[in-house]
Amino acid sequence: MIRSVPRSRWFDGLYLAYLAAFFVYLALPLTVTAVFAFNDAPFPSLPWKGFTLDWYLADGSGGRTGLFHDDTLLSALWVSTKIAFWVTVVSVTLGCANAVLFERLEFRGKEFLYLLMLLPLVIPGVILGVSILVFYSGMANDASRLWGVELDVFRPGMTLVVMGQVTFIATLATLVIAARLRKFDRQLEEAALNLGATPVVAWFTVTLPWLMPSIFGAAAMAFLMSFENFNTTVMLTGSDTPLTVALFNRLREGSTPVLNAVALLLMVGSALLAVMALGRSRDSA
Amino acid sequence: MNASAGRLSLWLLLTPFLLWIVLLVLVPHLQMLRVSFQVRESWDTLAWGLEQYQNFFTESYYWRTFVRTGVMSLFTTFLTLLIAFPIAWYIARLARGRAKGLLFLACLVPFWASELVRTYGWMILLRESGLFSSWLQALGWADGPVEMLYNDVAVIIGLVYNGLLFMVVPLVTTLDGMDENLVEAGYDLGGSHLTVLREVVVPWAMPGIVSGCIVVFMLTLGSYLTPILMGGKDSAWFTGQIFTQFITRFNWEQGAALGVLLLVLSSLIVWLGLKLSGQSLRKVMG
Repeated sequence: MIRSVPRSRWFDGLYLAYLAAFFVYLALPLTVTAVFAFNDAPFPSLPWKGFTLDWYLADGSGGRTGLFHDDTLLSALWVSTKIAFWVTVVSVTLGCANAVLFERLEFRGKEFLYLLMLLPLVIPGVILGVSILVFYSGMANDASRLWGVELDVFRPGMTLVVMGQVTFIATLATLVIAARLRKFDRQLEEAALNLGATPVVAWFTVTLPWLMPSIFGAAAMAFLMSFENFNTTVMLTGSDTPLTVALFNRLREGSTPVLNAVALLLMVGSALLAVMALGRSRDSA
Repeated sequence: MNASAGRLSLWLLLTPFLLWIVLLVLVPHLQMLRVSFQVRESWDTLAWGLEQYQNFFTESYYWRTFVRTGVMSLFTTFLTLLIAFPIAWYIARLARGRAKGLLFLACLVPFWASELVRTYGWMILLRESGLFSSWLQALGWADGPVEMLYNDVAVIIGLVYNGLLFMVVPLVTTLDGMDENLVEAGYDLGGSHLTVLREVVVPWAMPGIVSGCIVVFMLTLGSYLTPILMGGKDSAWFTGQIFTQFITRFNWEQGAALGVLLLVLSSLIVWLGLKLSGQSLRKVMG
């Protein structure tokens, strides 16, 4: 089973065949989705009718509306971008603070608080959404009923979606940043302090630059996870629908190649973001 | 740093943490628990009661779906582990240099697309007018269109697909750190493949196995898109019922009770998994 232990030839062959089958299984659904974004037919299935860019560019005059002229999807894309931006900012800030809190400071009850920090990872996303809906939206209902005060921020909408997503994305950001902080050589910071820097200056000139790759990594991850989230989001969304929810609603009506076009765009966008994050962390590693 | 500055920085860092955990996790969950014990008597009067939980146990549709979801999630987790282990082993121990990095990256790529996109891809492949059906007909193995979507097998295929990454990554990480001498020693002492696997490799990989299984189980149990879009008319999933209560029926009390039950089930199974394998949450997740 390891390189130094002899294996039979048929076992090797079987193993390689299994590997190949596995990677076909991984690639097949995505490849197919991407390819049918360019099929010149109103329904994403065989036979292949030829290549077209209609599902991106058509302006509705020929009975086809491409993605770039589809106002519902475009505005959903914009809503998702705004949500993902705020989720990233809040989660990464929280992640930095938490990382320092758990890696650097000693205080009573630390072990317990660390477990609390991990908690959102073992709660299903639906429940995170439901509990926030019940508490905040319920609070808004009560405030309106009892005192006539309208707490519109706590009605289903962008604010609640951001809150719901931050709940678990902040944990992931904390883990990514804390892992890097753990590898930091504290003598560097002490050297800065010995050379006369204040703790704040030392943090911003020595520690923060060291953390930068993990901060970029955490930000890219937070953005992607927010953009792609469905389970928490769908419970909390209001009238301005984010992209995953809009796509889901479309899909229930029936599939058109426009969905493939959006899917391909999302894949390319995520891949670019991931490659950028990987590249950055490799440069400074 | 003197003591008061230390105290100040502790509180400065503790405040955002506590705000997050208390306001977004603890309080909302306690409120959900509270609401689940309420019974709506008219549109603005509430009383305490166990009615929501009684409904769950008396209406077989609820608890049957609950059990089904739990069992299918466990099965999916186990299947994902079986499929992922040889892959992780190859990446961690057999592949070298560039191939190793590339294969690992290939496992990550599908997860840059969202669950919705992945599910949609499977729908295009499996449905009656889908690719597999067309290929089967072209090869002459089927006379007419074959419907492969909307059944439990399709749901499991989709769920395993969604979970794979979260199994492969922790497995590769733990297997990567294993000393090959241990495995060789196992063979030298006369162990067969199976003995070495059981006595040396699996115990070593346990933290990775547990962490992968927990994440995959959580994801599967809490997934909505895959079972709803790929499952048939009578293949319900428990999250689907929670959504129905909240979104179509506006019955928050019943929905909250179902939510609490799902949370209890997932916590129980995660706790059991940790106990049986002798691992701690901190070790496998942190």
